[in-house]
Amino acid sequence: MSNILEGQIALVTGASRGIGAAIAQELGKQGATVIGTATTSGGAENINTSLKAANIKGLGLALDVNDGAQIEAVLAEIASKFGDVTILVNNAGITRDTLLMRMKAEDWDAVISTNLTSVFRMSQAVLRPMMKARTGRIISISSVVGHMGNAGQTNYAAAKAGMAGFTKSLAAEVGSRNITVNCVAPGFIDTDMTVELPAAIKTKMLENVPLGRLGNVNEIAATVAFLASPSAAYITGETIHVNGGMYSA
Amino acid sequence: MSDIEQRVKKIVVEQLGANEADVKNASSFVDDLGADSLDTVELVMALEEEFDCEIPDEEAEKITTVQLAIDYINTNLK
Repeated sequence: MSNILEGQIALVTGASRGIGAAIAQELGKQGATVIGTATTSGGAENINTSLKAANIKGLGLALDVNDGAQIEAVLAEIASKFGDVTILVNNAGITRDTLLMRMKAEDWDAVISTNLTSVFRMSQAVLRPMMKARTGRIISISSVVGHMGNAGQTNYAAAKAGMAGFTKSLAAEVGSRNITVNCVAPGFIDTDMTVELPAAIKTKMLENVPLGRLGNVNEIAATVAFLASPSAAYITGETIHVNGGMYSA
Repeated sequence: MSDIEQRVKKIVVEQLGANEADVKNASSFVDDLGADSLDTVELVMALEEEFDCEIPDEEAEKITTVQLAIDYINTNLK
């Protein structure tokens, strides 16, 4: 365990599995207090258990990132138990993949709301204490798909591309308060979300990855931990691509 | 000094990191007290919190001096 993030309060949405779980563990390993959220109370309990197992201070909480009232309640609980959030990781996300010709308005709305509007809600909710403290880190997990596009994911790609624009704009707004705002854009990472993809698509996608393999969740978590650390203090408004070379900005 | 005037000035001092002596009724937040656009937003939010009210954006824009803030609170909160 290192202590680079000692004294920091990190909030990671969608932390019950996959990339979010790895981020929660990594930030905890670096010394941060970690609050991970999941949509279900079972998921929150799992986060609790795995944080405890790794000897990380913090807890798991149930949170629907589409619900402003729940966000307020969760932040109030964190503030009273640990203090104000100093590192926000917007990781919660869903997919509703289908070709646009077949996409229902609900598929579009659900993805935009959970993946993009949640970033607005969460960031706004943590911003005031960060501004007062004159320090803070907002890191959103976007996707290579938001930059290169992908058939069947117009909704997801639009949401993830939206994150980049949001990030650049907010970085310009709050830079004077020493708050940095960045994105990490994973490529093809080995998670439950990519397991759902048909094998043919997977093989084809790997052909376009110079490093010739799926990425590991820990490789995303390490990048997030770097952006959260004091070493990354001069990086803001940026997207860091972690994708084995399949796309470079 | 009225109670409201005192509370408004206290917030201005806190939010803008200004010297108490510099915060006069006629002081402009931007021109005299060195506030930037983000400071003025924070200031309005702090006033909303202190006086438990919501100041609409179009009204907030007009609150550019200490006196205008005091006037706004006096008119709208009684």
